[in-house]
Amino acid sequence: MATIEQLAIFQITIPLIVAPLVFLLKNGNRAWFLTLVTSVAMMWVASQLLVHVLSVGEFVTQIGGWAAPWGIEYRVDTVNAFVLLIVSGMSSIVLMFARQSVNQEIESNKRSLFYTSWLLCLTGLLGVTITGDAFNVFVFLEISSLSSYVLIAMGRDRRALTSSFQYLVMGTIGATFILIGIGFLFIVTGTLNMADISERLSDTSQTRTVRTAFAFIIVGIGLKLAMFPLHLWLPNAYAYAPSVASAFLAATATKVALYMLLRFIYTVFGFEFSFDLPLSETLVILSSAAILVGSVVAIFQDNLKRLLAYSSVAQIGYMLLGVSLATQAGLSAALLHVFNHAVIKGGLFLVLGCFVFRFGTASLKLLSGKGTQMPWTFAAFIAGGLSLIGVPLTTGFVSKWQLVTAALDIGWWPVALVVLAGSILAIVYVWRAVEVLYFRPVSDDSQIVKEAPLELLLPTWLLIGANIYFGINTELSIGVADVAAHWLMTGTR
Amino acid sequence: MKIPASEVLLLLALIIPVVGSFFIFLCRKFPNVREGITLITGIALFANVSLIASRVFTGERPEFVLAEPFSGFTLSLAVEPLGMLFALLASFLWIITSIYAIGYMRGHGEDNQTRFYIFFACSIASVMGVAFAGDLLTLFVFYEILTLMTYPLVTHSGTAEARRSGRVYLGILISTSMVFFLLAVVWTALEVGTLAFSIGGIYPEGTEPWVLGLLLALFVFGIGKAAIMPFHRWLPAAMVAPTPVSALLHAVAVVKAGVFSILKICIYIFGASSLHNLAVAEWLSLLAGFTIIAASIVAMGKDNLKARLAYSTISQLSYVTLGALLGNSAAWTGASMHMVAHAFGKITLFFCAGAILVAHHKKNVSELDGLGRVMPFTMGAFFIGSLSIAGLPPTAGMWSKWYLVLGTVDAGELILLNVLLLSTLLNVYYLVSIPIRGFFKPLRTPVSGIKEAPLPCLIAIGVTTTITVGLFIYPEHLFQAVSGLVTTW
Repeated sequence: MATIEQLAIFQITIPLIVAPLVFLLKNGNRAWFLTLVTSVAMMWVASQLLVHVLSVGEFVTQIGGWAAPWGIEYRVDTVNAFVLLIVSGMSSIVLMFARQSVNQEIESNKRSLFYTSWLLCLTGLLGVTITGDAFNVFVFLEISSLSSYVLIAMGRDRRALTSSFQYLVMGTIGATFILIGIGFLFIVTGTLNMADISERLSDTSQTRTVRTAFAFIIVGIGLKLAMFPLHLWLPNAYAYAPSVASAFLAATATKVALYMLLRFIYTVFGFEFSFDLPLSETLVILSSAAILVGSVVAIFQDNLKRLLAYSSVAQIGYMLLGVSLATQAGLSAALLHVFNHAVIKGGLFLVLGCFVFRFGTASLKLLSGKGTQMPWTFAAFIAGGLSLIGVPLTTGFVSKWQLVTAALDIGWWPVALVVLAGSILAIVYVWRAVEVLYFRPVSDDSQIVKEAPLELLLPTWLLIGANIYFGINTELSIGVADVAAHWLMTGTR
Repeated sequence: MKIPASEVLLLLALIIPVVGSFFIFLCRKFPNVREGITLITGIALFANVSLIASRVFTGERPEFVLAEPFSGFTLSLAVEPLGMLFALLASFLWIITSIYAIGYMRGHGEDNQTRFYIFFACSIASVMGVAFAGDLLTLFVFYEILTLMTYPLVTHSGTAEARRSGRVYLGILISTSMVFFLLAVVWTALEVGTLAFSIGGIYPEGTEPWVLGLLLALFVFGIGKAAIMPFHRWLPAAMVAPTPVSALLHAVAVVKAGVFSILKICIYIFGASSLHNLAVAEWLSLLAGFTIIAASIVAMGKDNLKARLAYSTISQLSYVTLGALLGNSAAWTGASMHMVAHAFGKITLFFCAGAILVAHHKKNVSELDGLGRVMPFTMGAFFIGSLSIAGLPPTAGMWSKWYLVLGTVDAGELILLNVLLLSTLLNVYYLVSIPIRGFFKPLRTPVSGIKEAPLPCLIAIGVTTTITVGLFIYPEHLFQAVSGLVTTW
């Protein structure tokens, strides 16, 4: 039996090693199977890590036995164990869905490449999350970014290429900013280990170099996070990527970026330094704008995938809003929404995957009146949509409740109103889609389809069902988010 | 056989309609079996609720915790007399409406009847949740679910008009509840630390009056189902639904869920003494008074019969809101009784409107001249129903109005007293005049002989009309049930 330290290393090394092996398997189905098995194994590892940190406490693994700050260390605590589980879990569920969808959307000679990129992307996302080394963050970030450009570019629509390129440009600028920031920190502190930087910064924090580093890093992460108004790459990328890639990235990539933001704000720079700067004010304005603008723009989208993408911009706003409150309750609400939103958006993008699988399009105009032909898929869309709105007994409601509570707790009632107004806008964009799918006359009668196959419906409903389950039983989601928020605020359990 | 514990019965009240709707779905190919299941489910539910009632009125107070989504705040069921009354009312009228619906839906040749019965049953389950909600969070949750479950019923026909109405319905009800109601609930949770209903209110002594006032306003406006102006537009919009829906949901279950929530919040969250000290309560009760008059005036101008009834409902709902806000025991007695009295009166009127539609395809008041000679039974029932709405003898509406008037006198609100009296006159003008036209004016297009609606419709009309009169002659039971409440206040 592997020790917990070894498990932490396996979390990264196994998908990294399996990725080229997958490429060697020319058969798409076998490549898929190996990827799925790897991903599920990583989910198991992540759950072991989470159980360990919750029961025993955080731990550090030194790679190759080189002690920090010379070597690289992986630090696992409640916060990143939680994110690791979200990332690997969502990857596994989406992969269950992937085989048929990929077989339909991607040419046979590119399928194993697709799965290779997937595993590399997974490696990168897990790596960013688990590592305790600032430069290592950049390295893993680039691994995940480069592979996600590939994933997006494999979309059937030729516009996938331009949107991937757009993302590449923006993503690279973001990564460069992060690198510059880390460089500045290295100049000031002479170390790349996050814990070490944090310790040394406490003496020298109020210099202009450190503040510049902070600004570069926040803006850089903001780009990867699609923080309004740096979100312009996101709608196209999600809209034209293959269905499963949209679901995977929507449920994981931005979550990891948010984790990165929290790690830098709370662990590296420290709470006092970060919030002495006008971070709270900036975030509250940007995130409120994200919620309102993102939702309004979502109302006018014809393509359902773009609609969900703009809704993601708004939902990222909710997470940042929680962060901007600068309280433990707000932070906990943000972390909770990371989990809840992963479940909601993952589920909804899989629903669209089902529609695309049968109709070959996510355009609302072409899908009008066709919801009735796929009743289970349509029902899943409604259930997921309700969660997005924040109707009771769904995860969306739980998030909203926690966020409004946290905002009112410090008397920020305008923030509470923004959150609630976001719900109203969400009704409009969700219900517009529901109406068109159900009530509009069918645009062309020739195409009568069957319900999506069980292989697609099961993972979809697994996530949609999780929406309802975690909307009622919040022991796990709120429980872990609370512990993680406490850990970030105080550094103790 | 061992009789199950009251807690189990409570849970069953939610489960029975849901299970029923599942079987309705299974039997979708066999209309007769399907309707049989609806009726059986209705009877089972009413029997179950009656069993709970027999224990509650002897003093038992069963409780049941469903889940605890937020630490300290639960989803729980609990019974108190007011909720018991509401549950009895809704479950009993569901049976009657089901009988009526069978005649109506077939007579009218509606499509998608299975969907109709499924969502109807689910709506009733949500109403049971509202009635038995043990705390404010649960009340809010079932309130929202009720909105969603009734949406497919409102948009049943799927026409452009139905879709537009559905948008108004969902838009107003979800917006008000998500913004005002939810905000008030969260604020209360933070302020007090509990959301459990308790006699005399839950806000601690010394809570700032402006906080209480703002919260009360948030609650009253947030509960859009009570249709206080300016958030009343959804109710006329909902009239596009098939008549049984308008009858049970938009004259009884949904709208009563609204005023029931307000009443319950006034009694168990604010309490009489808090209400008396709040200027906002008085302003809101004046707004309710304004709604009573304004809606009546709008109703006069409506030629469409269902639209006229809808505005009449808006006006009547504000009676209950007004009574709830006055915060004295006569007003609360009147408000509780009015929930019941108005339910029987208004459902009768809707049943009649539907019967006229099915038998003669007439929707407008101006087309009803002389119809009393063709549909004497229906028009007679309409007359009784409209008397009850106006609050005149020999109908149930008189007693509830009596107590409401007493309540305004106790509170020293002369303006509101006059509002109630003026409202009676207006009701006579725009409701009682309809059957009078029907009986005394000559027929526009000659019809030979009597042509009434299908038999199930008539049975339903007969039952509700009888009860409307019966509650005038024997009001003791209703009064005792309500006064059992009053002593605990």
